Amino acid sequence: MSASSQPCITTRDLNLWYAKFQALINVSVDIKEGLITSLIGPSGCGKTTLLRCFNRVNERYGYVTTTGQIRILGKNIYDPDVSLIELRKSVGMVFQRPNPLPISVYENVVFGLRIHGEGDVLRRASLDQAVETALTEVGLWNDLKDRLDAKATTLQLEQQQKLCIARLLPLKPRVILMDEPCSALDVEGTRAIEELMFGLKGRYTILIVTHNMAQARRASDECIFMLLGERVEHRRTEDLFLAPGNPRTAEYIEGRYG
Amino acid sequence: MNTPPTSRPAEESFAVRKATRPAWDVLSERALEILIYLCGISAIVFVLGIFFFVFKEALPILGNSHFSLTQFLFSDQWYPTSELNKRYGVFAMIAGTFSVTALAMLIAVPFGLGAAIYISEFCGGRTKETLKVVIELLAAIPSVVWGFIGLTVMSRLIVNYTGAPVGVNILNGGIILALMSVPIIVSIGEDALKAVPDSYREAGLALGATRWQLVRRVLLPAAKTGLLAAVLLGVGRGVGETMAVLMATGHAVHIPHGIFDSVRTLTANIAAELGEAPANSDHYRVLFLTGVLLFALTFIVNLAADLVVRGIRRR
Repeated sequence: MSASSQPCITTRDLNLWYAKFQALINVSVDIKEGLITSLIGPSGCGKTTLLRCFNRVNERYGYVTTTGQIRILGKNIYDPDVSLIELRKSVGMVFQRPNPLPISVYENVVFGLRIHGEGDVLRRASLDQAVETALTEVGLWNDLKDRLDAKATTLQLEQQQKLCIARLLPLKPRVILMDEPCSALDVEGTRAIEELMFGLKGRYTILIVTHNMAQARRASDECIFMLLGERVEHRRTEDLFLAPGNPRTAEYIEGRYG
Repeated sequence: MNTPPTSRPAEESFAVRKATRPAWDVLSERALEILIYLCGISAIVFVLGIFFFVFKEALPILGNSHFSLTQFLFSDQWYPTSELNKRYGVFAMIAGTFSVTALAMLIAVPFGLGAAIYISEFCGGRTKETLKVVIELLAAIPSVVWGFIGLTVMSRLIVNYTGAPVGVNILNGGIILALMSVPIIVSIGEDALKAVPDSYREAGLALGATRWQLVRRVLLPAAKTGLLAAVLLGVGRGVGETMAVLMATGHAVHIPHGIFDSVRTLTANIAAELGEAPANSDHYRVLFLTGVLLFALTFIVNLAADLVVRGIRRR
Protein backbone atom coordinates (compact mmCIF):
# COMPACT_ATOMS: atom_id res chain seq x y z
CA MET A 1 0.00 0.00 0.00
CA SER A 2 1.45 3.27 -1.09
CA ALA A 3 -0.50 5.39 1.36
CA SER A 4 1.23 6.27 4.58
CA SER A 5 -0.25 5.03 7.80
CA GLN A 6 -0.17 8.51 9.32
CA PRO A 7 -3.40 9.34 11.11
CA CYS A 8 -5.34 11.95 9.20
CA ILE A 9 -8.26 12.33 11.58
CA THR A 10 -7.83 11.77 15.30
CA THR A 11 -10.59 12.07 17.86
CA ARG A 12 -10.10 11.98 21.62
CA ASP A 13 -12.91 11.54 24.14
CA LEU A 14 -15.46 12.90 21.75
CA ASN A 15 -18.90 13.31 23.32
CA LEU A 16 -21.90 14.76 21.57
CA TRP A 17 -25.41 15.53 22.78
CA TYR A 18 -28.53 16.30 20.79
CA ALA A 19 -30.23 18.38 23.52
CA LYS A 20 -30.30 15.83 26.37
CA PHE A 21 -29.66 12.73 24.29
CA GLN A 22 -26.05 11.61 24.18
CA ALA A 23 -25.31 10.34 20.70
CA LEU A 24 -21.52 9.88 20.98
CA ILE A 25 -19.78 8.59 24.09
CA ASN A 26 -16.02 8.98 24.54
CA VAL A 27 -15.19 8.17 20.96
CA SER A 28 -11.48 7.96 20.22
CA VAL A 29 -10.38 6.89 16.76
CA ASP A 30 -7.36 7.35 14.50
CA ILE A 31 -8.26 7.34 10.86
CA LYS A 32 -5.34 6.74 8.54
CA GLU A 33 -4.49 9.01 5.69
CA GLY A 34 -5.24 7.87 2.15
CA LEU A 35 -7.27 4.84 3.11
CA ILE A 36 -10.96 4.07 2.84
CA THR A 37 -12.37 3.64 6.32
CA SER A 38 -15.92 2.44 6.78
CA LEU A 39 -18.17 3.15 9.74
CA ILE A 40 -20.62 0.36 10.44
CA GLY A 41 -23.17 -0.40 13.10
CA PRO A 42 -26.92 -0.64 13.57
CA SER A 43 -29.25 2.35 13.08
CA GLY A 44 -28.84 4.97 15.76
CA CYS A 45 -25.35 3.91 16.76
CA GLY A 46 -23.91 7.34 16.02
CA LYS A 47 -21.96 6.59 12.87
CA THR A 48 -23.57 9.36 10.84
CA THR A 49 -23.30 11.73 13.79
CA LEU A 50 -19.58 11.00 14.03
CA LEU A 51 -19.14 11.56 10.31
CA ARG A 52 -20.98 14.87 10.50
CA CYS A 53 -18.64 16.02 13.28
CA PHE A 54 -15.69 15.99 10.93
CA ASN A 55 -16.90 18.97 8.91
CA ARG A 56 -18.91 20.39 11.82
CA VAL A 57 -22.08 20.35 9.77
CA ASN A 58 -23.83 18.98 12.87
CA GLU A 59 -23.67 22.39 14.39
CA ARG A 60 -26.28 23.92 12.15
CA TYR A 61 -28.83 22.64 14.62
CA GLY A 62 -28.58 24.89 17.64
CA TYR A 63 -29.18 22.13 20.17
CA VAL A 64 -25.96 20.17 19.61
CA THR A 65 -23.21 20.19 22.26
CA THR A 66 -19.82 18.66 21.64
CA THR A 67 -16.89 18.03 23.99
CA GLY A 68 -13.52 16.44 23.32
CA GLN A 69 -11.10 16.86 20.49
CA ILE A 70 -11.00 16.22 16.78
CA ARG A 71 -7.71 16.75 15.00
CA ILE A 72 -7.68 16.76 11.24
CA LEU A 73 -4.20 16.89 9.73
CA GLY A 74 -2.89 17.92 13.12
CA LYS A 75 -5.27 20.81 13.69
CA ASN A 76 -7.98 20.73 16.34
CA ILE A 77 -11.09 21.68 14.42
CA TYR A 78 -12.81 22.99 17.54
CA ASP A 79 -10.12 25.62 18.13
CA PRO A 80 -11.64 29.08 18.07
CA ASP A 81 -9.36 30.23 15.24
CA VAL A 82 -10.60 27.51 12.88
CA SER A 83 -12.57 28.84 9.92
CA LEU A 84 -15.57 26.65 9.16
CA ILE A 85 -15.28 27.71 5.56
CA GLU A 86 -11.68 26.52 5.25
CA LEU A 87 -12.47 23.34 7.17
CA ARG A 88 -15.33 22.46 4.84
CA LYS A 89 -13.16 23.24 1.85
CA SER A 90 -10.69 20.54 2.86
CA VAL A 91 -13.28 18.11 4.25
CA GLY A 92 -15.89 17.44 1.58
CA MET A 93 -19.12 15.58 2.10
CA VAL A 94 -21.35 13.31 0.00
CA PHE A 95 -24.88 12.73 1.26
CA GLN A 96 -27.27 9.82 1.42
CA ARG A 97 -29.66 11.19 -1.19
CA PRO A 98 -27.77 12.71 -4.11
CA ASN A 99 -28.28 16.44 -3.58
CA PRO A 100 -26.95 18.32 -6.59
CA LEU A 101 -28.06 21.94 -6.49
CA PRO A 102 -30.94 22.92 -8.79
CA ILE A 103 -28.59 24.65 -11.23
CA SER A 104 -26.67 23.40 -14.26
CA VAL A 105 -24.14 20.57 -14.18
CA TYR A 106 -21.40 23.08 -14.94
CA GLU A 107 -22.41 25.43 -12.14
CA ASN A 108 -22.61 22.54 -9.69
CA VAL A 109 -19.00 21.60 -10.37
CA VAL A 110 -17.68 25.16 -10.13
CA PHE A 111 -19.88 26.06 -7.16
CA GLY A 112 -17.04 25.63 -4.71
CA LEU A 113 -14.65 27.70 -6.83
CA ARG A 114 -17.20 30.45 -7.19
CA ILE A 115 -17.72 30.75 -3.45
CA HIS A 116 -14.07 30.36 -2.44
CA GLY A 117 -12.01 31.31 -5.44
CA GLU A 118 -10.88 34.71 -6.48
CA GLY A 119 -9.01 36.31 -9.36
CA ASP A 120 -7.64 34.01 -12.03
CA VAL A 121 -9.47 30.93 -10.79
CA LEU A 122 -12.76 32.48 -11.86
CA ARG A 123 -11.72 33.10 -15.47
CA ARG A 124 -13.87 31.17 -17.88
CA ALA A 125 -10.96 29.11 -19.20
CA SER A 126 -9.85 27.89 -15.80
CA LEU A 127 -13.42 27.11 -14.75
CA ASP A 128 -13.87 25.11 -17.95
CA GLN A 129 -10.66 23.26 -17.19
CA ALA A 130 -11.79 22.52 -13.62
CA VAL A 131 -15.10 21.13 -14.86
CA GLU A 132 -13.42 18.87 -17.39
CA THR A 133 -10.88 17.59 -14.85
CA ALA A 134 -13.44 16.92 -12.14
CA LEU A 135 -15.97 15.25 -14.42
CA THR A 136 -13.27 13.14 -16.05
CA GLU A 137 -12.10 11.99 -12.65
CA VAL A 138 -15.56 10.72 -11.70
CA GLY A 139 -16.16 9.24 -15.16
CA LEU A 140 -18.95 11.60 -16.20
CA TRP A 141 -17.12 13.71 -18.78
CA ASN A 142 -17.95 11.56 -21.80
CA ASP A 143 -21.61 11.26 -20.83
CA LEU A 144 -22.16 14.87 -19.92
CA LYS A 145 -19.73 16.97 -21.93
CA ASP A 146 -22.51 17.98 -24.32
CA ARG A 147 -25.05 18.52 -21.55
CA LEU A 148 -23.16 20.78 -19.19
CA ASP A 149 -26.04 23.24 -19.27
CA ALA A 150 -28.61 20.63 -18.27
CA LYS A 151 -30.15 21.08 -14.87
CA ALA A 152 -28.32 18.74 -12.50
CA THR A 153 -31.49 17.55 -10.81
CA THR A 154 -32.67 16.01 -14.10
CA LEU A 155 -29.77 13.53 -14.30
CA GLN A 156 -30.05 9.87 -13.34
CA LEU A 157 -29.45 9.23 -9.64
CA GLU A 158 -26.11 7.54 -10.25
CA GLN A 159 -24.91 10.51 -12.31
CA GLN A 160 -26.20 12.89 -9.66
CA GLN A 161 -24.22 11.13 -6.96
CA LYS A 162 -21.05 11.13 -9.11
CA LEU A 163 -21.62 14.82 -9.72
CA CYS A 164 -21.87 15.37 -5.97
CA ILE A 165 -18.42 13.80 -5.67
CA ALA A 166 -17.11 15.74 -8.65
CA ARG A 167 -18.10 19.09 -7.20
CA LEU A 168 -15.83 18.49 -4.20
CA LEU A 169 -12.73 17.90 -6.28
CA PRO A 170 -11.98 21.42 -7.60
CA LEU A 171 -11.52 22.52 -3.97
CA LYS A 172 -8.77 19.91 -3.57
CA PRO A 173 -10.10 18.43 -0.34
CA ARG A 174 -7.96 16.14 1.83
CA VAL A 175 -10.86 14.16 3.25
CA ILE A 176 -14.11 13.01 1.64
CA LEU A 177 -16.94 12.02 3.97
CA MET A 178 -19.62 9.79 2.50
CA ASP A 179 -22.88 9.20 4.31
CA GLU A 180 -24.40 6.01 2.86
CA PRO A 181 -23.64 7.26 -0.64
CA CYS A 182 -25.15 4.22 -2.35
CA SER A 183 -28.36 3.72 -0.42
CA ALA A 184 -30.44 5.45 -3.10
CA LEU A 185 -28.70 3.64 -5.97
CA ASP A 186 -29.20 0.30 -7.69
CA VAL A 187 -26.56 -2.43 -8.00
CA GLU A 188 -24.91 -0.87 -11.04
CA GLY A 189 -24.83 2.55 -9.43
CA THR A 190 -23.37 1.13 -6.24
CA ARG A 191 -20.64 -0.66 -8.16
CA ALA A 192 -19.82 2.51 -10.07
CA ILE A 193 -19.51 4.57 -6.88
CA GLU A 194 -17.34 1.91 -5.24
CA GLU A 195 -15.03 1.83 -8.26
CA LEU A 196 -14.85 5.58 -8.09
CA MET A 197 -13.85 5.35 -4.43
CA PHE A 198 -11.01 2.99 -5.34
CA GLY A 199 -9.90 5.47 -7.94
CA LEU A 200 -9.84 8.33 -5.43
CA LYS A 201 -8.15 6.33 -2.68
CA GLY A 202 -4.62 7.34 -1.85
CA ARG A 203 -5.06 10.93 -2.91
CA TYR A 204 -7.96 11.47 -0.55
CA THR A 205 -8.80 10.03 2.85
CA ILE A 206 -12.25 8.55 2.46
CA LEU A 207 -14.71 7.83 5.26
CA ILE A 208 -17.86 5.99 4.38
CA VAL A 209 -20.87 5.30 6.57
CA THR A 210 -22.71 2.22 5.40
CA HIS A 211 -25.57 -0.01 6.46
CA ASN A 212 -24.43 -2.61 4.05
CA MET A 213 -21.88 -4.89 5.68
CA ALA A 214 -20.98 -6.50 2.40
CA GLN A 215 -20.14 -3.09 1.04
CA ALA A 216 -17.94 -2.28 4.04
CA ARG A 217 -16.20 -5.59 3.50
CA ARG A 218 -15.45 -5.25 -0.19
CA ALA A 219 -14.89 -1.50 -0.38
CA SER A 220 -12.93 -0.43 2.69
CA ASP A 221 -9.41 -0.88 4.04
CA GLU A 222 -10.30 -0.31 7.65
CA CYS A 223 -13.51 -0.65 9.50
CA ILE A 224 -14.91 0.99 12.63
CA PHE A 225 -17.77 -0.77 14.37
CA MET A 226 -19.97 1.42 16.55
CA LEU A 227 -22.78 0.59 18.94
CA LEU A 228 -25.01 2.91 20.99
CA GLY A 229 -22.72 5.87 20.54
CA GLU A 230 -19.50 4.06 21.41
CA ARG A 231 -16.64 2.94 19.26
CA VAL A 232 -16.48 -0.81 19.79
CA GLU A 233 -13.78 -1.91 17.43
CA HIS A 234 -11.47 -0.42 14.79
CA ARG A 235 -9.29 -2.74 12.75
CA ARG A 236 -8.32 -3.66 9.23
CA THR A 237 -11.48 -4.71 7.43
CA GLU A 238 -10.33 -8.27 6.73
CA ASP A 239 -9.41 -8.78 10.36
CA LEU A 240 -12.64 -7.30 11.64
CA PHE A 241 -14.74 -9.60 9.49
CA LEU A 242 -12.62 -12.73 9.85
CA ALA A 243 -11.62 -12.48 13.46
CA PRO A 244 -13.63 -9.85 15.30
CA GLY A 245 -12.04 -8.98 18.61
CA ASN A 246 -15.20 -8.12 20.45
CA PRO A 247 -18.18 -10.48 20.91
CA ARG A 248 -20.62 -7.66 20.11
CA THR A 249 -18.88 -7.11 16.77
CA ALA A 250 -19.02 -10.81 16.04
CA GLU A 251 -22.72 -10.97 16.75
CA TYR A 252 -23.42 -7.91 14.59
CA ILE A 253 -21.52 -9.17 11.59
CA GLU A 254 -23.22 -12.53 11.93
CA GLY A 255 -26.50 -10.70 11.71
CA ARG A 256 -27.83 -11.55 15.17
CA TYR A 257 -29.04 -7.96 15.63
CA GLY A 258 -29.06 -4.71 13.70
CA MET B 1 -63.94 4.40 -10.11
CA ASN B 2 -61.61 1.68 -8.99
CA THR B 3 -61.13 -1.36 -11.12
CA PRO B 4 -63.24 -4.24 -9.86
CA PRO B 5 -61.40 -6.96 -7.95
CA THR B 6 -60.49 -9.92 -10.09
CA SER B 7 -61.86 -12.76 -7.99
CA ARG B 8 -65.61 -13.39 -7.96
CA PRO B 9 -66.16 -13.96 -4.23
CA ALA B 10 -64.61 -10.62 -3.30
CA GLU B 11 -66.86 -8.82 -5.75
CA GLU B 12 -69.92 -10.49 -4.34
CA SER B 13 -68.96 -9.60 -0.80
CA PHE B 14 -68.61 -5.95 -1.82
CA ALA B 15 -72.06 -6.07 -3.41
CA VAL B 16 -73.58 -7.59 -0.28
CA ARG B 17 -72.06 -4.94 1.88
CA LYS B 18 -73.35 -2.11 -0.25
CA ALA B 19 -76.89 -3.44 -0.18
CA THR B 20 -76.94 -3.60 3.60
CA ARG B 21 -75.84 0.01 4.18
CA PRO B 22 -78.69 2.12 5.56
CA ALA B 23 -80.35 4.37 2.99
CA TRP B 24 -79.64 7.41 5.17
CA ASP B 25 -75.85 6.80 5.00
CA VAL B 26 -75.93 6.49 1.25
CA LEU B 27 -78.04 9.61 0.84
CA SER B 28 -76.09 11.79 3.21
CA GLU B 29 -72.83 10.79 1.55
CA ARG B 30 -74.26 11.70 -1.82
CA ALA B 31 -75.54 15.03 -0.48
CA LEU B 32 -72.13 15.84 0.99
CA GLU B 33 -70.48 15.01 -2.29
CA ILE B 34 -72.75 17.45 -4.11
CA LEU B 35 -72.20 20.14 -1.48
CA ILE B 36 -68.41 19.83 -1.76
CA TYR B 37 -68.70 19.97 -5.53
CA LEU B 38 -70.71 23.18 -5.32
CA CYS B 39 -68.13 24.73 -2.99
CA GLY B 40 -65.46 23.72 -5.46
CA ILE B 41 -67.00 25.38 -8.49
CA SER B 42 -68.39 28.39 -6.60
CA ALA B 43 -65.24 30.40 -7.30
CA ILE B 44 -65.81 30.06 -11.04
CA VAL B 45 -69.49 30.96 -10.67
CA PHE B 46 -68.69 34.08 -8.64
CA VAL B 47 -65.97 35.32 -10.99
CA LEU B 48 -68.15 34.83 -14.04
CA GLY B 49 -71.12 36.36 -12.25
CA ILE B 50 -69.22 39.48 -11.18
CA PHE B 51 -67.74 39.93 -14.62
CA PHE B 52 -71.16 39.49 -16.22
CA PHE B 53 -72.89 42.12 -14.07
CA VAL B 54 -70.08 44.66 -14.28
CA PHE B 55 -69.93 44.19 -18.03
CA LYS B 56 -73.72 44.36 -18.39
CA GLU B 57 -73.80 47.76 -16.67
CA ALA B 58 -70.93 49.03 -18.82
CA LEU B 59 -72.03 47.65 -22.17
CA PRO B 60 -74.61 50.27 -23.31
CA ILE B 61 -71.98 53.05 -23.26
CA LEU B 62 -69.96 51.28 -25.94
CA GLY B 63 -72.83 51.66 -28.40
CA ASN B 64 -73.32 55.34 -27.53
CA SER B 65 -72.38 57.71 -30.37
CA HIS B 66 -70.95 60.34 -27.97
CA PHE B 67 -68.49 57.88 -26.55
CA SER B 68 -65.21 56.76 -28.05
CA LEU B 69 -63.17 53.91 -26.59
CA THR B 70 -59.92 55.45 -27.82
CA GLN B 71 -60.73 58.64 -26.00
CA PHE B 72 -61.61 56.64 -22.88
CA LEU B 73 -58.24 54.88 -22.87
CA PHE B 74 -55.89 57.57 -24.14
CA SER B 75 -57.30 60.95 -23.15
CA ASP B 76 -56.55 62.60 -19.82
CA GLN B 77 -59.70 64.74 -20.01
CA TRP B 78 -62.02 63.56 -17.27
CA TYR B 79 -65.04 65.91 -17.12
CA PRO B 80 -67.99 63.63 -16.45
CA THR B 81 -70.22 66.35 -15.08
CA SER B 82 -69.50 69.18 -17.50
CA GLU B 83 -72.69 70.82 -18.75
CA LEU B 84 -71.54 71.50 -22.29
CA ASN B 85 -68.84 69.04 -23.12
CA LYS B 86 -68.68 65.80 -21.14
CA ARG B 87 -65.37 63.99 -21.61
CA TYR B 88 -64.53 60.56 -20.24
CA GLY B 89 -60.79 59.93 -20.48
CA VAL B 90 -59.13 57.77 -17.80
CA PHE B 91 -55.57 57.87 -19.07
CA ALA B 92 -54.45 60.06 -16.17
CA MET B 93 -55.88 57.53 -13.75
CA ILE B 94 -54.18 54.63 -15.54
CA ALA B 95 -50.95 56.60 -15.15
CA GLY B 96 -51.84 57.21 -11.50
CA THR B 97 -52.46 53.54 -10.78
CA PHE B 98 -49.24 52.51 -12.53
CA SER B 99 -47.05 55.14 -10.88
CA VAL B 100 -48.30 54.45 -7.35
CA THR B 101 -48.06 50.68 -7.80
CA ALA B 102 -44.60 50.90 -9.36
CA LEU B 103 -43.25 53.07 -6.54
CA ALA B 104 -44.87 50.82 -3.94
CA MET B 105 -43.24 47.74 -5.46
CA LEU B 106 -39.88 49.50 -5.70
CA ILE B 107 -40.04 49.91 -1.93
CA ALA B 108 -41.92 46.76 -0.94
CA VAL B 109 -40.08 44.12 -2.98
CA PRO B 110 -36.59 44.61 -1.49
CA PHE B 111 -38.04 45.07 2.00
CA GLY B 112 -40.43 42.17 1.73
CA LEU B 113 -37.98 39.70 0.22
CA GLY B 114 -35.27 40.83 2.65
CA ALA B 115 -37.59 40.22 5.58
CA ALA B 116 -38.62 36.84 4.18
CA ILE B 117 -34.98 35.80 3.83
CA TYR B 118 -34.16 37.03 7.33
CA ILE B 119 -37.09 35.23 8.91
CA SER B 120 -36.54 32.02 7.01
CA GLU B 121 -32.75 31.75 7.12
CA PHE B 122 -31.07 34.06 9.59
CA CYS B 123 -33.11 34.17 12.75
CA GLY B 124 -34.30 31.37 14.91
CA GLY B 125 -36.70 30.39 17.63
CA ARG B 126 -38.20 33.32 19.54
CA THR B 127 -37.30 36.09 17.10
CA LYS B 128 -38.80 34.15 14.24
CA GLU B 129 -42.12 33.51 15.97
CA THR B 130 -42.38 37.11 17.19
CA LEU B 131 -41.65 38.51 13.76
CA LYS B 132 -44.20 36.27 12.09
CA VAL B 133 -46.91 37.28 14.52
CA VAL B 134 -46.11 40.98 14.16
CA ILE B 135 -46.13 40.76 10.39
CA GLU B 136 -49.50 39.05 10.47
CA LEU B 137 -50.74 41.92 12.65
CA LEU B 138 -49.47 44.35 10.02
CA ALA B 139 -51.53 42.51 7.42
CA ALA B 140 -54.63 42.78 9.59
CA ILE B 141 -54.70 46.59 9.77
CA PRO B 142 -57.75 47.79 7.78
CA SER B 143 -56.89 49.78 4.69
CA VAL B 144 -58.87 52.82 5.81
CA VAL B 145 -56.56 53.06 8.82
CA TRP B 146 -53.58 53.02 6.50
CA GLY B 147 -55.26 55.76 4.49
CA PHE B 148 -55.74 57.77 7.64
CA ILE B 149 -52.06 57.43 8.51
CA GLY B 150 -51.20 58.55 4.99
CA LEU B 151 -53.50 61.55 5.21
CA THR B 152 -52.27 62.78 8.58
CA VAL B 153 -48.89 61.44 9.72
CA MET B 154 -47.20 60.66 6.43
CA SER B 155 -48.41 63.75 4.61
CA ARG B 156 -47.06 66.03 7.35
CA LEU B 157 -43.72 64.20 7.30
CA ILE B 158 -43.47 64.54 3.54
CA VAL B 159 -44.21 68.27 3.62
CA ASN B 160 -41.70 68.83 6.43
CA TYR B 161 -38.85 66.82 5.00
CA THR B 162 -39.15 67.33 1.26
CA GLY B 163 -40.78 70.72 1.05
CA ALA B 164 -43.40 69.40 -1.35
CA PRO B 165 -46.41 71.73 -1.61
CA VAL B 166 -48.88 68.96 -0.82
CA GLY B 167 -48.25 65.90 1.32
CA VAL B 168 -50.79 63.65 -0.37
CA ASN B 169 -49.07 62.48 -3.53
CA ILE B 170 -47.47 59.50 -5.30
CA LEU B 171 -44.74 59.20 -2.68
CA ASN B 172 -47.27 59.09 0.14
CA GLY B 173 -49.53 56.58 -1.63
CA GLY B 174 -46.54 54.50 -2.68
CA ILE B 175 -45.17 54.26 0.85
CA ILE B 176 -48.55 53.40 2.33
CA LEU B 177 -49.20 50.81 -0.36
CA ALA B 178 -45.70 49.37 0.14
CA LEU B 179 -46.37 48.96 3.86
CA MET B 180 -49.59 47.17 3.01
CA SER B 181 -47.96 44.85 0.46
CA VAL B 182 -44.94 43.91 2.56
CA PRO B 183 -46.79 41.45 4.82
CA ILE B 184 -48.11 39.54 1.78
CA ILE B 185 -44.69 39.41 0.15
CA VAL B 186 -43.06 38.33 3.41
CA SER B 187 -45.45 35.53 4.22
CA ILE B 188 -45.63 34.07 0.69
CA GLY B 189 -41.87 34.56 0.22
CA GLU B 190 -41.10 32.86 3.50
CA ASP B 191 -43.28 29.91 2.51
CA ALA B 192 -41.38 29.67 -0.77
CA LEU B 193 -38.03 29.62 1.03
CA LYS B 194 -39.28 27.11 3.58
CA ALA B 195 -40.26 24.82 0.71
CA VAL B 196 -36.65 24.58 -0.52
CA PRO B 197 -35.42 21.11 0.48
CA ASP B 198 -33.03 21.17 3.40
CA SER B 199 -30.64 18.95 1.44
CA TYR B 200 -29.77 21.97 -0.74
CA ARG B 201 -28.78 23.95 2.33
CA GLU B 202 -26.65 21.08 3.60
CA ALA B 203 -25.01 20.72 0.21
CA GLY B 204 -24.12 24.40 0.17
CA LEU B 205 -22.92 24.49 3.77
CA ALA B 206 -20.83 21.35 3.36
CA LEU B 207 -19.07 23.02 0.44
CA GLY B 208 -18.13 25.86 2.76
CA ALA B 209 -20.66 28.45 1.67
CA THR B 210 -21.39 31.31 4.06
CA ARG B 211 -25.01 31.96 4.90
CA TRP B 212 -25.26 34.83 2.46
CA GLN B 213 -23.63 32.80 -0.32
CA LEU B 214 -26.10 30.05 0.46
CA VAL B 215 -29.00 32.49 0.08
CA ARG B 216 -27.70 34.08 -3.09
CA ARG B 217 -26.43 31.06 -4.94
CA VAL B 218 -28.71 28.27 -3.73
CA LEU B 219 -31.93 29.45 -2.12
CA LEU B 220 -32.85 32.33 -4.41
CA PRO B 221 -32.48 30.23 -7.58
CA ALA B 222 -34.31 27.32 -5.97
CA ALA B 223 -37.20 29.42 -4.67
CA LYS B 224 -37.49 31.87 -7.55
CA THR B 225 -40.94 30.68 -8.64
CA GLY B 226 -42.44 31.14 -5.21
CA LEU B 227 -40.67 34.46 -4.70
CA LEU B 228 -42.00 35.71 -8.03
CA ALA B 229 -45.48 34.66 -7.00
CA ALA B 230 -45.02 36.66 -3.79
CA VAL B 231 -44.01 39.76 -5.74
CA LEU B 232 -46.91 39.43 -8.18
CA LEU B 233 -49.43 39.03 -5.38
CA GLY B 234 -48.01 42.25 -4.02
CA VAL B 235 -48.54 43.90 -7.41
CA GLY B 236 -52.10 42.59 -7.44
CA ARG B 237 -52.68 44.16 -4.07
CA GLY B 238 -51.24 47.44 -5.36
CA VAL B 239 -53.44 47.62 -8.45
CA GLY B 240 -56.59 46.70 -6.57
CA GLU B 241 -56.18 48.69 -3.35
CA THR B 242 -58.71 51.51 -3.12
CA MET B 243 -59.37 53.20 0.18
CA ALA B 244 -55.81 53.83 1.31
CA VAL B 245 -54.69 55.26 -2.03
CA LEU B 246 -57.87 57.32 -2.29
CA MET B 247 -56.91 59.03 0.95
CA ALA B 248 -53.15 59.21 0.46
CA THR B 249 -52.65 60.23 -3.18
CA GLY B 250 -54.48 63.56 -3.33
CA HIS B 251 -57.14 62.55 -5.84
CA ALA B 252 -56.11 64.96 -8.59
CA VAL B 253 -56.81 63.91 -12.20
CA HIS B 254 -53.44 64.73 -13.61
CA ILE B 255 -50.66 62.91 -15.45
CA PRO B 256 -47.80 62.93 -12.92
CA HIS B 257 -44.38 64.37 -13.69
CA GLY B 258 -42.67 63.42 -10.45
CA ILE B 259 -43.27 61.58 -7.20
CA PHE B 260 -44.47 64.75 -5.47
CA ASP B 261 -47.44 65.13 -7.83
CA SER B 262 -50.91 64.21 -6.67
CA VAL B 263 -52.69 61.59 -8.73
CA ARG B 264 -55.95 59.69 -8.82
CA THR B 265 -56.08 55.93 -9.35
CA LEU B 266 -58.70 53.93 -11.27
CA THR B 267 -59.99 52.32 -8.10
CA ALA B 268 -60.19 55.56 -6.14
CA ASN B 269 -62.09 57.19 -8.99
CA ILE B 270 -64.77 54.52 -8.93
CA ALA B 271 -65.05 54.60 -5.15
CA ALA B 272 -65.35 58.37 -5.03
CA GLU B 273 -67.75 58.94 -7.92
CA LEU B 274 -70.05 55.95 -8.17
CA GLY B 275 -72.21 57.18 -5.29
CA GLU B 276 -72.69 60.56 -7.01
CA ALA B 277 -73.39 59.32 -10.52
CA PRO B 278 -77.11 58.96 -11.40
CA ALA B 279 -77.93 55.31 -12.05
CA ASN B 280 -77.78 54.31 -15.73
CA SER B 281 -76.36 57.69 -16.78
CA ASP B 282 -73.37 57.79 -19.09
CA HIS B 283 -71.15 58.71 -16.15
CA TYR B 284 -72.39 55.66 -14.23
CA ARG B 285 -71.72 53.37 -17.19
CA VAL B 286 -68.24 54.77 -17.78
CA LEU B 287 -67.39 54.04 -14.15
CA PHE B 288 -68.48 50.45 -14.71
CA LEU B 289 -66.34 50.37 -17.84
CA THR B 290 -63.43 51.46 -15.63
CA GLY B 291 -64.28 48.43 -13.51
CA VAL B 292 -64.01 46.22 -16.60
CA LEU B 293 -60.65 47.82 -17.36
CA LEU B 294 -59.39 47.05 -13.84
CA PHE B 295 -60.65 43.53 -14.18
CA ALA B 296 -58.72 43.16 -17.44
CA LEU B 297 -55.56 44.64 -15.88
CA THR B 298 -55.53 42.25 -12.92
CA PHE B 299 -56.36 39.39 -15.25
CA ILE B 300 -53.37 40.25 -17.44
CA VAL B 301 -51.07 40.52 -14.39
CA ASN B 302 -52.23 37.15 -13.09
CA LEU B 303 -52.02 35.48 -16.48
CA ALA B 304 -48.53 36.86 -17.06
CA ALA B 305 -47.51 35.64 -13.63
CA ASP B 306 -48.89 32.23 -14.35
CA LEU B 307 -47.09 31.98 -17.70
CA VAL B 308 -43.80 33.17 -16.24
CA VAL B 309 -44.06 30.73 -13.36
CA ARG B 310 -44.85 27.85 -15.71
CA GLY B 311 -42.00 28.87 -18.00
CA ILE B 312 -39.54 28.83 -15.13
CA ARG B 313 -40.81 25.52 -13.87
CA ARG B 314 -40.41 23.85 -17.24
CA ARG B 315 -36.74 24.79 -17.48
